[in-house]
Amino acid sequence: MSEKRLMKGNEAFAIAAIRNGCRFYFGYPITPQNEIPEYMSRELNKAGGQFLQAESELAAVNMAFGAACAGGKVLLSSSSPGIALMQEGMSYMCSVQVPIVILNVMRGGPGVGTIQPGQADYNQVTRGGGNGDYHIIVYAPSSIQEAVDMIGKAYEVAEEYRNPVIIAVDGMIGQMMEPVVLPEDKGGMSEDEIDAAKPWALTGHKDRRDRNVIKSLHLKQDELEDLINEYWPKYERAERELADYEAINVEGADVVFVAYGSSARVTVEAMELLKEQGINAGLIRPKTLWPFPEKAFDLISDDVKKVISVELSQGQMIYDVRLAMKGRHEVDLINRVGGMLLSPAEIAERTIKMMGGAE
Amino acid sequence: MAMEPLFEVTKGMREDITTYCPGCTHGIAHRLIMEALEERGALGKAIGVSPVGCSIVAHQYMNVDMVESAHGRAPAVASGIKRVHPDHYVFTYQGDGDLASIGTGEIVHAAHRGEKICTFFINNAIFGMTGGQMAPTSLLGQKTTTTVEGRKKEVNGSPLRMAELIATVEGAVYVERVSLHSPAAVRKAKKAINKALDVQEKGQGFAFVEFLSTCPTNWGLSPAKALDFVSEKMIPYYPLGKIKDTTWENIEVEEEGR
Repeated sequence: MSEKRLMKGNEAFAIAAIRNGCRFYFGYPITPQNEIPEYMSRELNKAGGQFLQAESELAAVNMAFGAACAGGKVLLSSSSPGIALMQEGMSYMCSVQVPIVILNVMRGGPGVGTIQPGQADYNQVTRGGGNGDYHIIVYAPSSIQEAVDMIGKAYEVAEEYRNPVIIAVDGMIGQMMEPVVLPEDKGGMSEDEIDAAKPWALTGHKDRRDRNVIKSLHLKQDELEDLINEYWPKYERAERELADYEAINVEGADVVFVAYGSSARVTVEAMELLKEQGINAGLIRPKTLWPFPEKAFDLISDDVKKVISVELSQGQMIYDVRLAMKGRHEVDLINRVGGMLLSPAEIAERTIKMMGGAE
Repeated sequence: MAMEPLFEVTKGMREDITTYCPGCTHGIAHRLIMEALEERGALGKAIGVSPVGCSIVAHQYMNVDMVESAHGRAPAVASGIKRVHPDHYVFTYQGDGDLASIGTGEIVHAAHRGEKICTFFINNAIFGMTGGQMAPTSLLGQKTTTTVEGRKKEVNGSPLRMAELIATVEGAVYVERVSLHSPAAVRKAKKAINKALDVQEKGQGFAFVEFLSTCPTNWGLSPAKALDFVSEKMIPYYPLGKIKDTTWENIEVEEEGR
C-alpha cells in the first residue's frame, strides 16, 4: 500500500530499494550516507534479504559484483571518496554486463574533502574513473520523492540494460526530511525466478545446462573489440531513450539556468527573485546526468542573453552544457565549492551582476 | 555384460587441454577440486571465483559456474555470491600474487567474517602470469625478474606464510597446507580439499587450503627439478600439514573429554 510519510532522505532511499525488490546490500561506513547501511542492517533481513558490512569500499563493490553475478538484486551505497574506490568494480560490472543500483550521496572534495554536501562528483559519475569503454547511467534527483521514484526506475533500467545505474544525490537531499509516498513492495526473487529471468546468472548448472561463465578477460583483441561493438548499441539506445530533464520557462527566457539536484531547487527560488527585478529566467534541470539531456537545449531562444550552469562544483557540468549549446551561446558559471551552498539571493545577485547590473 | 570402467576423467574437468606451462601443477589442483566436487554430486551447485593471474582461465577447464574477479578481490566476490546462494558450494581459487599481495585485505576479512566458503590458495612463490616477478611468498635468495640478485630480507622482507596468518583469525576453522610435488602429497591434498568442502557443507566457517605449487617456467627449472624445488626449498619454509582445525565436531569432542 502506498503511504505518505515524513522521512529522512537516506532512510527513504533504503526503503525504496527494498520495496523495489532489492534483497542484497553491501556498503562501508562513510558520511553523509550512514543512515542507509544502518537502516538496511535493521530492515533487510526482515524482508528476507542479506545485509553485509564490508571491510572497505573495494570489498563492498566486489561483494556487490558477486551478488549481482549470482542474480541478486543489489544496492550498493557510498559517498564521493568511497565511490572513487568503487570505480574499478563498476568497470568490471560494465564489462560483464551485470545490473546493479548504486547510491552516491555526494559530499565536497577532492581528497577526504568535507562531509558537507557537494556536486563535485559530476565528472566522476558521468565520465567514470574505471578503465575501458563503458558508461554508467546516472540519475540526479532534486527531492526525496523524486529520488524514491528514480530508485524504482533505476532498478528497471539496470535490469533492462544489464548495466550499473548510479543515483547521484547530494548530501543535502540525503540528510533532509520531506514527506514522501513510498512504492508498494515488489518482493524478492527465488532461485527459480532468477534462473528464468537471468539465464546468464551464476546459480549452479544443476546438471541441466552448460556452465555459466562470467568473464572480463579477452586475450584475443578481436574478441574484445567484437564484444564492445556488440554491447555498445545499448548506450546509443540509452542516449535516445533515457535522457530526461525538466524545463521551466525556458522558451523565450533571457536567462537560462542549468542546474540539478539541490542546486536546482535553490535556482527555482532565485528565478522568483529575478522575476521581481524584471528578469525573465528559465531552468533546464537534467534528471539524467548521463545520458545528458541535450535535446532540452533546443528550447533555448537564439536571443537568450545568458546561459548559466549552476553547480556545487568548480565547473564540471558546464562542459556538457557547452557541448549541448553547440556554440550557439557562451556559457557562464555560478558556483560554490568545498561543501558551501548557494542561496537564492546569491544566485540572483551574481546573475544581475553578470548582466551588467539591474535592468 | 558391459564392462565397468575402473577409472574415468572427472566430469568436473572439461575436455580442453590446459594452457598452463609443462610441469605446472595448476592442472593437478584443478582436477583434485573438481573430482572432490563430483564425488559429492556437487558440480551442479558449485560456483567458483577465479583470480587474476595464470588461473584466471580456470573456468575454461572447471565444469562449474564461474566468474573472474578483479585482482585480489575473489573472497569479496565469493562472499557476495554466497549471500545469494547460501546452499551452494562457493569457492575461490587464487594464486599467491592475487591472494598474498594485492588481496590480503579481502582474504583476511573473509576469514574474519567466517565466510562459509572455501579458498584454494596456489603458492608457487612467484608472479607467474606477468612473467616471474617477486611475490610476497618468494623465498629469500630467490631470483625473480624484480629481484635479479635474489630476494633480500632487508629490502623485501621475509616470505609471507599466509596459512599461518589466516589461522590466527577466529573465523577460519580449518587451515591446511598441502603440496603437489609427489603422488603421496597429491593424495593428501585431495583429502584436505574434501575436508574443506565438508566444512562448507556443514556451515562451520571459513576453510583455507594452501597448495605448494610449481612454476618451472619462471623458476627457470625443468618440470622435474621444479618438483625438487618444492620439496627441498619450499617445504622447509612452508611446513605441510593441518595448521588449524576448530570445526564444531572437534570442539564437541574436546568438551566430551573434559
